[in-house]
Amino acid sequence: MRNNHLGTAPGSKFERWGPLLTIAGALLLWEGCSRTDLITSTFFPAPSTIFAVIMGLLLDGQIATHAGVTLARVLAGFTLGGGAGLILGLAMGASPRLHAQIDPLVALVHPTPKIAALPLILVIFGIGEAPKLVLAALGAFFPILISTVAGVQQIPPTYFEVARSYGAGPLNLFRRVVWPGSLPFLFTGARLAINVALVLTIAAELVVGQSGLGQRTWFAWQTMRIPEVYAWLAVTSVAGATLSFLLGGLAKICMPWEHIRAVKRR
Amino acid sequence: MRFECQELCKSFDSSHSEISALDRVSFAADDHEFVSIVGPSGCGKTTLLKLIAGLIEPTAGRVQMSNGALRGRPRSAFVFQDHGLFPWMTVLDNVAFGLEMQGVAQGERLERARAFVERVGLGQFADHYPHQLSTGMQQRVGIVRAFVTEPPLLLMDEPFGALDPQTRRVLQGELLRLWGEHRNLVVFVTHDIDEAVRLSDRVLVMTGRPGSICDTIDIPLERPRDLASREPAEVSEIKWRIWKQLEREVRASLAIAR
Repeated sequence: MRNNHLGTAPGSKFERWGPLLTIAGALLLWEGCSRTDLITSTFFPAPSTIFAVIMGLLLDGQIATHAGVTLARVLAGFTLGGGAGLILGLAMGASPRLHAQIDPLVALVHPTPKIAALPLILVIFGIGEAPKLVLAALGAFFPILISTVAGVQQIPPTYFEVARSYGAGPLNLFRRVVWPGSLPFLFTGARLAINVALVLTIAAELVVGQSGLGQRTWFAWQTMRIPEVYAWLAVTSVAGATLSFLLGGLAKICMPWEHIRAVKRR
Repeated sequence: MRFECQELCKSFDSSHSEISALDRVSFAADDHEFVSIVGPSGCGKTTLLKLIAGLIEPTAGRVQMSNGALRGRPRSAFVFQDHGLFPWMTVLDNVAFGLEMQGVAQGERLERARAFVERVGLGQFADHYPHQLSTGMQQRVGIVRAFVTEPPLLLMDEPFGALDPQTRRVLQGELLRLWGEHRNLVVFVTHDIDEAVRLSDRVLVMTGRPGSICDTIDIPLERPRDLASREPAEVSEIKWRIWKQLEREVRASLAIAR
């Protein structure tokens, strides 16, 4: 069995519980400093105080409502922008001409911080649901587009030759080679994209709207309820981790061969 | 099934000039024949095989095929150098791939694929993915994938090139056994003279680039063959003759003077 530099084997008790101990220790330190007012409890309320606020928000249904609203926006934007990125990415991966035509534009637009376009988007799309959707979609579009193009292009040419030698037409080439061959890249892109979509949705909610995790965080700040600001921040971070976790699970189901490969490498 | 290559030429465009890979290659092969092609590295053996398979088009000349009606089914199956198994399909799905492309219903194709996989003793690996198998096993799957489609013409591009000598020897025997049951026309590319002589009815020797055929040798060995038996003196003679031809070509390609 492989040992790390501490001489502990992977999967040993220390490796499994060590990270949790670190987190528990940090929380305890924070709790102690806050309670003794070593750090200002006004700005750094004790974790137990924040936890009580979270429980309150959970019980009166606020978390369910607002997390639901935000997640629905994220998923709508992700589907819309990601879907468009996927379709264009597959087309660009398949056609070098289309790739040459569009790639410079992508290289130009992609590095622009999308959040900087929010004022413009508000002018064009008003202050309803539309601007949040557009911003999240825009954020999800590029990571999916770029990873899909890379995913199609990295498929070894041999696989196309094998498929063609057995008489595969364009549809079968897509179904049996292009799609499964680019899937690992696609999932990597999707994980990046859903995170960007969440960040942009929260950012838009901070500025406009009556609901959602971002709006609640901003509202709590405006009314100087600092523990609640922390509470919404924690909920947002759990929401993001959940999305990432769900995508990871979906990847395992969709790509059993990758999962088995990863287990073998361990 | 019979085919004839008529004055086949193939050149590739590179950034500066045109590179000629094959120069007026002509030969014919008949039903049930096992033909090997040996030649120095880069002489266009693989290119020739791909031309016969119809995967690429010749610059000049043609491949004439004559066989019964096959209703749009590919005439040939190709066994690739590096097995070419799809990493995202199980062994069984890989073997069934050719049948899938022919439109054979799922139940039937999996049944036929399983029968073949079991015949080469890989039954317990049917649901594994290629990367879970050893190189030798992977190449066997690659060969079985071609045989299961029952192609009249089987094109093999150095299928044992990446294997160690012992594994190679065992798989040669297995290939002959499988082939003995089907007797399709096989064109087998290799740079191993020994392998070419053991397996084939006829060996074609190619020159260095641009490749053309410089010698054709019939192998006077009985079938079925026992690869474990000692080879007759005349076989050593044939190997010597092939080697002398190849040596000249290899020296020329390496610019080594005599």
